[in-house]
Amino acid sequence: MAGKDQTNGEPILSVRNLHVNVGDQEILKGINLTVNAGEVHAIMGPNGSGKSTLANVLAGKPEYIVTAGEMVYKGQDLSRMAPELRAREGLFLAFQYPVELPGVRAWQFLKAAVDALRVHQGQEEMSAREFDQMLKEKVALVEIDPDLVRRSVNEGFSGGEKKRNEILQMAVLQPTLALLDETDSGLDIDALRIVANGINQLRNPSNAMVLVTHYQRILDYITPDYVHVLLDGLIVRTGGADLALELEAKGYDWIKETAGAGA
Amino acid sequence: MTQALSRTDTYLPDFQALQRTAETGGQTWLREMRDNAWSSFSHLGFPTARRGNEKWKYTSVRAIAYADFSHPQDLDPDTGAGAAELKRIAPWNDDWMNLVFVDGRFSKVLSGGTGNANGARVTSLADAIRSDGELVQEYLGRYASVEDDGFTALNTAFLEDGAFIHVPDGQSTSSVVNLVYVTTGRSQPRVSYPRTLVVAGRNSRTTFVESYIGLCQEPYFTDAVTEIVAQEGSRVEHYRLLMESTQAFHVGHCLVYQAKDSEYESASFSMGAGLGRNEFEVLLDAPGASCSLNGLYLTTGTQHLDNMISIDHAKPHTKSRLLYKGILDGKSRAVFGGTVLVRKDAQKADARQTDKNLLLSDEAEIDSKPSLFIYADDVQCSHGATAGHMDDNTLFYMRSRGLDLEAASRMLIQAFAREIIDTVQLQPLRDYLDKIVLEALPTASIRLGGGS
Repeated sequence: MAGKDQTNGEPILSVRNLHVNVGDQEILKGINLTVNAGEVHAIMGPNGSGKSTLANVLAGKPEYIVTAGEMVYKGQDLSRMAPELRAREGLFLAFQYPVELPGVRAWQFLKAAVDALRVHQGQEEMSAREFDQMLKEKVALVEIDPDLVRRSVNEGFSGGEKKRNEILQMAVLQPTLALLDETDSGLDIDALRIVANGINQLRNPSNAMVLVTHYQRILDYITPDYVHVLLDGLIVRTGGADLALELEAKGYDWIKETAGAGA
Repeated sequence: MTQALSRTDTYLPDFQALQRTAETGGQTWLREMRDNAWSSFSHLGFPTARRGNEKWKYTSVRAIAYADFSHPQDLDPDTGAGAAELKRIAPWNDDWMNLVFVDGRFSKVLSGGTGNANGARVTSLADAIRSDGELVQEYLGRYASVEDDGFTALNTAFLEDGAFIHVPDGQSTSSVVNLVYVTTGRSQPRVSYPRTLVVAGRNSRTTFVESYIGLCQEPYFTDAVTEIVAQEGSRVEHYRLLMESTQAFHVGHCLVYQAKDSEYESASFSMGAGLGRNEFEVLLDAPGASCSLNGLYLTTGTQHLDNMISIDHAKPHTKSRLLYKGILDGKSRAVFGGTVLVRKDAQKADARQTDKNLLLSDEAEIDSKPSLFIYADDVQCSHGATAGHMDDNTLFYMRSRGLDLEAASRMLIQAFAREIIDTVQLQPLRDYLDKIVLEALPTASIRLGGGS
């Protein structure tokens, strides 16, 4: 493999020969992926290659059906866990299209999420005051308008605000494994810098991240340990950060040709 | 009038008994008013859905028409209910003026609170009929016509007690008036005829709460009429809570007359009654008159709740806002029928009418028919109705943050209801509604969002 030579941490996620259907259509056709603590992986690929499906099936989206293979997260079989259980065990998906929740205050929603996680870990719910204090720090970290947490979740937020709000949730929940589904798409350069900065600050040796992206540009800010190229439901190439640059220069057609030649 | 069910004679013995009692010491005008109402009722009967009666198209009152409800004269209103129980069930605040009516009659013992009428007159209607004759006579039945509505005619035929609020010109009731109409389990099956008259003088302010509560599990019938007169420049804030028991029948008719520059704000919350009907008729009768009507209805089991709201823009420069929301579960059914009429001369009328529904079960049914009739050409009007289930992707989003399906669903349902609860300007009432709406929210049959 062309990844970095350093010794990595404990495995967090291990995906083996994963096949996934949406309806009658097979979208993922045998994915293999191992993510260890402290690593950042980028999954790149053209539209329709199955990148978002991979992120969503890991988070437990109900209509995605695993037909073969396995997903092991911290030693547990993910396919047997409800989405909320995966979340409470520290798995987080930043949505490509964050959902608006009219009438549900962001503060209330985040507090409920934090408490669900804490209760699962055998801790007490957080006091409103303690939560307020913690939230304030995270709001500063992702440079988000403090008023947004008093409003309904994502309702009337701009595209950039929605994406930043996902990073805020990630900062609050401190996941072990964060899946970021095209968090960079639709962001202007300033928002991209802020989002990337937030992600970098949350990076530590005991957690891991998987960035799903169409474009290389977010990787100017976040240096991945591994870059995987997904084509038609399969990872066709894995490399280091330089693979992203090569892709940017040569385009996905280049990969298609070489992948086709190798197959 | 459409064909009527001819079961009016069930009520005749009680009517005759009431009129006999009234012969000694009663007012002649009131006896005549009842006689006239009775003859209308015997002629009109109960409405039926036949012959294209749009107003009653989706609600059958056969079960009311064919039951034998009685209205005995000898029930002591002071002993029918416990004060502690009432305070626990009804909206209540010791700082308010709380007037309690048991089985249709005013209970002095159960009423109370430190609230001050501050120059306004707040009393039982029976008392007002005795001592405020002229004013009561002028407005009672003026807008609640007995000519075309059988239920209003029946209520008027039995007109005896209820609540009376009169705020003189330029005054305001400094505290909230809280009207609690309770039906007890005594002498079943029974009917009561609550009647409320509110006269808001020029540039006056008043806030009142009207709730209907049942303390029994047996069937009973409440036939309520509320008349509100908002004179020039006045402001009336009206909250109506329907919390009858699950076996109850409730037909409530609220008529609002609005003079120049008057404001009427209403929020209606319907949780209880097996078969319930809320009818509002608002007449915007002078320029500058505006009204805002908000409503929330929660139905479950086999409940049937019908909201029929008619707003009449009779004059130019009048404004109306209507937002009703429903949350339906089980095999329940709700009806929203709203009519906004903009008359020929009502130029610059501004009307908005919206009904939104959240269906928690595949067996629940909503019939939503908001309609606009516009005869003026320079107006701003809109209307719309929606109905839908909880969105799977939304539920997945919430679950992916660690909330289980039930917690996520509850949060969404509460949020849906909150838009209406937030229109309540009285903090104690808002707190109370938060609590009871939460309790009334269904837990059992939330439709699973396609997930595990």
